[in-house]
Amino acid sequence: MRSFIPREIETLWTLFTAPVVWAFHFVVCYVVMAIACAKGSGSIEGLMGLRLFLGGFTLFCLLLIVGSAYLAWRQWGFGTDTPPHDAPTRQERQLFQGFATLLLSGLSFISVVFVALPLLFIPACMP
Amino acid sequence: MTRPGTRTETMPGAASAGGQPMEGQDPPRDLKAEEARLRKVWNTPGGWRYWTSVNNSEIGLWYGATAFIFMLFAGLLALVVRAQLAVPQNDLISADLFNQAFTLHGTVMMFLFAVPIFEAVAIFLLPPMLGARELPFPRLSAFGFWSFAIGGVFVCGSIFFKAAPNAGWFMYAPLATDKDYAGIGADVWLLGLSFIEVASIAAAVELIVGIMKCRAPGMRINMMPLFAWYLLIVAGMILFAFPPLIAGDILFEMERMFDWPFFDAARGGDPLLWQHLFWIFGHPEVYIIFLPAIALMAMIVPTFSQRPIVGYSWIVLAAVGTGFLSFGLWVHHMFATGLPQISLAFFSAASTAVAIPTGVQIFVFMATMLAGRVIFSVPMLFGTGGVAIFIIGGLTGVMVALAPFDWQAHDTYFIVAHLHYVLIGGMLFPVVAGIYYYFPLVDGKALSDRLGKIAFWLMFTGFNVAFFPMHLTGLRGMPRRVFTYPADIGWDWLNLISTIGAFVFAAGVGVVVIDILRPKKRQPDVKPNLWNAGTLEWLAEPKESWGVRSIPIISSRYPLWDQPDLAEGIKQGRYYLPDAKEGLRETLVTSVLDAKPIQVLRVGGTSMVTIAAAILLGGVFIAMTFHLWTLTILFGLGTLIAILYWLWTGTGAIPEAKEKDVGLGLSLPIYVSGPASVGWWAMFITMVGDGTAYGSLLFGYFFYWTIHDDFTAGLAGPGLVWPLAGSALFLASWVLMLMARQANERDRTSLTRMLLSASMLATLIGALAAFLGPHRYGMDPTVHVYPAIVWVLVGWLMVHAAAGLIMQGFCLARSFAGRMSAAYDMDIRNVTLFWHFLTVTALTTLPVIALFPLAR
Ligand code: HEM
Ligand SMILES: [Cu+2]
Repeated sequence: MRSFIPREIETLWTLFTAPVVWAFHFVVCYVVMAIACAKGSGSIEGLMGLRLFLGGFTLFCLLLIVGSAYLAWRQWGFGTDTPPHDAPTRQERQLFQGFATLLLSGLSFISVVFVALPLLFIPACMP
Repeated sequence: MTRPGTRTETMPGAASAGGQPMEGQDPPRDLKAEEARLRKVWNTPGGWRYWTSVNNSEIGLWYGATAFIFMLFAGLLALVVRAQLAVPQNDLISADLFNQAFTLHGTVMMFLFAVPIFEAVAIFLLPPMLGARELPFPRLSAFGFWSFAIGGVFVCGSIFFKAAPNAGWFMYAPLATDKDYAGIGADVWLLGLSFIEVASIAAAVELIVGIMKCRAPGMRINMMPLFAWYLLIVAGMILFAFPPLIAGDILFEMERMFDWPFFDAARGGDPLLWQHLFWIFGHPEVYIIFLPAIALMAMIVPTFSQRPIVGYSWIVLAAVGTGFLSFGLWVHHMFATGLPQISLAFFSAASTAVAIPTGVQIFVFMATMLAGRVIFSVPMLFGTGGVAIFIIGGLTGVMVALAPFDWQAHDTYFIVAHLHYVLIGGMLFPVVAGIYYYFPLVDGKALSDRLGKIAFWLMFTGFNVAFFPMHLTGLRGMPRRVFTYPADIGWDWLNLISTIGAFVFAAGVGVVVIDILRPKKRQPDVKPNLWNAGTLEWLAEPKESWGVRSIPIISSRYPLWDQPDLAEGIKQGRYYLPDAKEGLRETLVTSVLDAKPIQVLRVGGTSMVTIAAAILLGGVFIAMTFHLWTLTILFGLGTLIAILYWLWTGTGAIPEAKEKDVGLGLSLPIYVSGPASVGWWAMFITMVGDGTAYGSLLFGYFFYWTIHDDFTAGLAGPGLVWPLAGSALFLASWVLMLMARQANERDRTSLTRMLLSASMLATLIGALAAFLGPHRYGMDPTVHVYPAIVWVLVGWLMVHAAAGLIMQGFCLARSFAGRMSAAYDMDIRNVTLFWHFLTVTALTTLPVIALFPLAR
């Protein structure tokens, strides 16, 4: 009761792990490039290093998402049970959480890849 | 139809306390007396006092009706606009009135209809749907409603004085900062809407806490109605989307009122900052509008397919996924502003990604319909018709999400077509579907099937006739927002068709209005649960105001289908809280994940104070619009007094006993504080929104740094000494506050008081030090944007310090009144929570303004 954040909330929040990673990735990509383009020369050579850096960062974020997907998969009982997970038991509630988290990890994974694509194809700021 | 399989009604956690409905219990209960007591406690007053009600069913209804009326008003403005555009070189109205009409149309539709209507529906539906008696803060809902009504009338009324905003619903600077062009209308927009944004954030707090903590026992999160899932996400989005706009409004108003040059390029400002702040709000806003409409569909489709939704978890995925992704799209409204293409591409990518979860929801509905036997009643017509329209809008959305295409289409009628396809298909049609579906819950009468069908076909054809041609006019180059056009460039007949369609569409809306308003006295009441739906709200009794007769135990996603004895048990008072012995309004608080009962919550009843507070706060904003400073201050003081009175009399009451028997052999605590309490969460959520607004201002500071080689323009900064001294003092005040809380925990009353006072002193001097930095160095906010942004940050900190001082004073007063002790420590714990946020604000603001100019 006295802890700063109640336990139950902590566990609901795991649902948001992968989307939060997506948001973090998005903000970092945008901010790094915005500053580089505003403050730097914006040339192809100037950006190469940053693109590589952000590429590595993208891989790191994807790894985090895979990690969260693994935890979700485990919470989902490694897929031994199938949805709809609508029975009134604690176990089914956990399976539901696991499955929903897994789905969100998938969506976040695709979205991170989407957002990273411009790094691959656009070599300069091109205002 | 009923689905086979009855589930066991066991209640986790409460298992030892007996989970079975009370049967044959001793002593015999007097059901009539219980009902009389409940009715008395929840009674809605008659006469003029009716308007002082805070009951969710009244507030929801007023809220909805008001929003609907604003919608009709904005619709009339649209007809004026369309009439003007019907033929080339028309002179029906002047260019200026035209500008006011379309600006007000968009503003009212987005801010006074689309968002509030869902707050309304949610306030009306959520308690019965979750099996609660009330939302946790009924007076806050009432306050939100009155704020909304006052602000809305103020904004709408302005056009009758030729003083309406006229710079478009997104108020771009420098057009809207130009005092010769945009007169007082711009202030009406900024202040009127800021007021309403406050109401929206209040609603978000209410909805999040309500959905998380007030569900019926047993309604675990895997069993929550999908409507609640959506609304939870939407409320979270409001919390992060509205504050950036509030921050933008502050900057904008400071520029308009006091000439602080935030958006004035000549003095270092940048109009693009406004565009960023507006669209960080604006794009999530369109999903804030769209998701609740889809949420209605998620209730309607299963009912008319007579089967559970297929893919419940997929809907949760879609709701959460859209909620997040929608924050990564805002720059797609700024594709044509010359930002680096690599930046545009990030947003283009996210804009296409968001189509994935949007598509998932539509497939889930189709799958549900395919798997069941669909009954095409009026709600389904509007629902599916709307989705069909929405899909076309989604497709043009993906088109304009591609930057090269958008450079052609931007600011043409193509965009007007896109946004109306998504908004009318994705929100207006589902709303009408919801009205037809839920109308029996209002007073037991149904709307007409025949009129509904007529309305649908008029609206559906009218809509397409009006808006489809706009794609073509747009591609033929017609810019949006022109008040007339020449005859010979191929726009004329397309415009004429659009105007005809618009009037057909309006006729359809008219039929809906007639259907709602026509007298229904002689029409028989419909049978309860008319559509044979599966969710709890269909047990609501329109003639009673107690919400539910007793709070049930839920064991299914569709309890009315799967728990055959439920309705009977509830009506017989066989579940929780069947009585109101103490004459107080009560509802249950349950745990977040598994909905175990943890508290009996006493909620506020009928009261004048909410209206008074809303009127006074409205006075502040209105007086400010007209630069009546004395009046502003008087109203401000009045608001403060009203709110303090409200908090003093309406919160933190010390109960007559520690626990209370809620029925079924279960006893629950009455007074709860800290993270387990709803009040603590309300503070936490509010502060998250507040922190987002602060973050937006800080973003502004760094934004100016990026656009200039030297963003200080060689002007003096606030120095080092004062800001750093201020930081230390705020840190001290935080430590003292923590110590005060601890002293209170050990019931050391005088020590608590001393520490509280010491913390107040530190805060006061800290705020003073923060002020002295920019003051001593003579920073003049009208000279350049650098001093202006520093002053705004410092001002924000000082206002929060002042609010904190008032809160600490409140705690002291409580202590002297003998209402604060180790056992009853709600106030001091909530204030400490506020202090965490205040400390973060101080310890970022002050070091940043002192050190960043040196470090860059
Ligand atoms: C796949 C989903 C969507 C995408 C990719 C998308 C994309 C876009 C883009 C790129 C623009 C800016 C065009 C311009 O000004 O040049 C735009 C405008 C707009 N969209 Fe969407 N959109 C989508 C869905 C929605 C939804 C669901 C709504 C509302 C329910 C909506 C409402 C609007 C509005 C109101 C505007 C116009 C704002 C204005 O300029 O006044 N969109 N959309
Ligand atoms: Cu958008």
